[in-house]
Amino acid sequence: MSESHPMAAPAGALTLMQEVAARTPGDSRLEMCIQCGTCGGSCPSAGAMDHTPRALFAMLRAGMREEVLRSNTPWMCVSCYYCTVRCPQQIHITDVMYTLKNMALEAGYVPDRTASDFSKTFMGYVENFGRSFEIGLAGIHTLIHPRLARRLPAMAPMALGMLVKRGVSPLPPRRIQGLSSLKKILRRAKELEAA
Amino acid sequence: MNEYLFYPGCSMESSAKAYYQSMQAVCEVLGVHMREVEDWNCCGATEYLALERMPAYALIARNLALAEKQANGARTVVTACSACYLNLSKADHYMHEDNSFGQKVNQALAAGGLHYTPGTLAVRHLLDVVLHDIGLEAIRSRVVKPLTGLRVAPYVGCMLPRPDYNQRFSDTEHPTELDDLMKALGAEVVDFPLKTACCGGHMTQIGPDTAFELIRRIVAGADQYRADVIVTLCPMCQMNLDVFQGQMNGYFKTSYRIPVLFFTQLMGIAFGRKAEELGFGREFVSARPAMARIGVETPDANAEPPRPRKPEGLPMPPPLPKGRKSISTEESQS
Repeated sequence: MSESHPMAAPAGALTLMQEVAARTPGDSRLEMCIQCGTCGGSCPSAGAMDHTPRALFAMLRAGMREEVLRSNTPWMCVSCYYCTVRCPQQIHITDVMYTLKNMALEAGYVPDRTASDFSKTFMGYVENFGRSFEIGLAGIHTLIHPRLARRLPAMAPMALGMLVKRGVSPLPPRRIQGLSSLKKILRRAKELEAA
Repeated sequence: MNEYLFYPGCSMESSAKAYYQSMQAVCEVLGVHMREVEDWNCCGATEYLALERMPAYALIARNLALAEKQANGARTVVTACSACYLNLSKADHYMHEDNSFGQKVNQALAAGGLHYTPGTLAVRHLLDVVLHDIGLEAIRSRVVKPLTGLRVAPYVGCMLPRPDYNQRFSDTEHPTELDDLMKALGAEVVDFPLKTACCGGHMTQIGPDTAFELIRRIVAGADQYRADVIVTLCPMCQMNLDVFQGQMNGYFKTSYRIPVLFFTQLMGIAFGRKAEELGFGREFVSARPAMARIGVETPDANAEPPRPRKPEGLPMPPPLPKGRKSISTEESQS
């Protein structure tokens, strides 16, 4: 994916905004943004973002593809939907953030992979078992990210608590019966997405 | 007898067993029958949508297709997890609203011999069913041990009231359903302004500093309102506020100890069920002292409070000034 030329103009020469809107299910209403800033003002993780959602939408409209897709803003989104329900233009902001994450991964523009790796590890279990695997996920994710490793001393008693108190199994989940059918569905969905 | 299709979701079978156990006990009392969707798969939480759109929706829709196939008269799929609830409703909503998108999702499902007709099933959260199908009157009539004197901070979180595609809740930011339920159980309900603040979601795994601040706000808020317990309706919220409360305390040098329970656990107590069959004792911050205040004995989750932090220890970076940003702005440890 990262091999393809990231700056290549999209086929049919859609503007960046049109492309993002087209890749978001339903009517995203993205083009209706009036730059009021309600989104950023409502965002619980705005402090960790390099651009507020409002600024990101202005950049998007200006066609700043690389800057938009390199921004950590979508990756810091916690999916709380405050911006979505408060937006006076009813823009589906959270869904747009998902689209931007999809596009950034495709373009190979993810500077800090902590968030995207977490998603990938999570989904790796789901694609192979049909179910998620919380303990394995948290463990593997922390171990492979040196910046998170400082949490290991605090995580040991936590992991123990999860096993002992909560009765969480340290083994991977039982595979669903329809796993092969699920894999076919996902493979077909990936083809449809690429089409 | 009310019969519903039930989509448990992964957490109910692992980290949120207390929720599942207490839900089953409560449903028994209320005469609600939950029939599990056979061979359901993970909904992908907030992770698959971040990676690829079509597989994410196909993953969710497989559950809807299975539920439709197994419906046999039942038209409602119930889930107790807010993330599962949102994902199932989201897929149904967009497949319905965006016809060509719905067709594409169905093309993917067809590869596994499945199909879902958008709009066939009503996706609802357990709280919605308890409140609107069972009703507060019926609940009051079953209360044998009112929670009189227990100060409860009702915490709803994000994904139930927002975006609320089907307008099932009273407000996107200050819904009162959980308050009403807790009042019906006889609890003293705090008018909790942070009831739909974000618990941090997956940020505990991505940017813990951000997550700790979001957790702190809610826990400190409940403490300011002198709540004995925080009550939740989502496995993720419960995990962040409970399991990470200790780490959050360590991070901010605070010493909050507010137990975080599922609403079904308190319903079970009020209905006279034993604490053991309601998953008490599985919480990290023990609910024992709080429940003892109203004369309910619960298994001890952890006898010893967290050890106070020593002023000296391993060489660690000095505490960062207030207003520091995410972990990504910080130098990695050498």
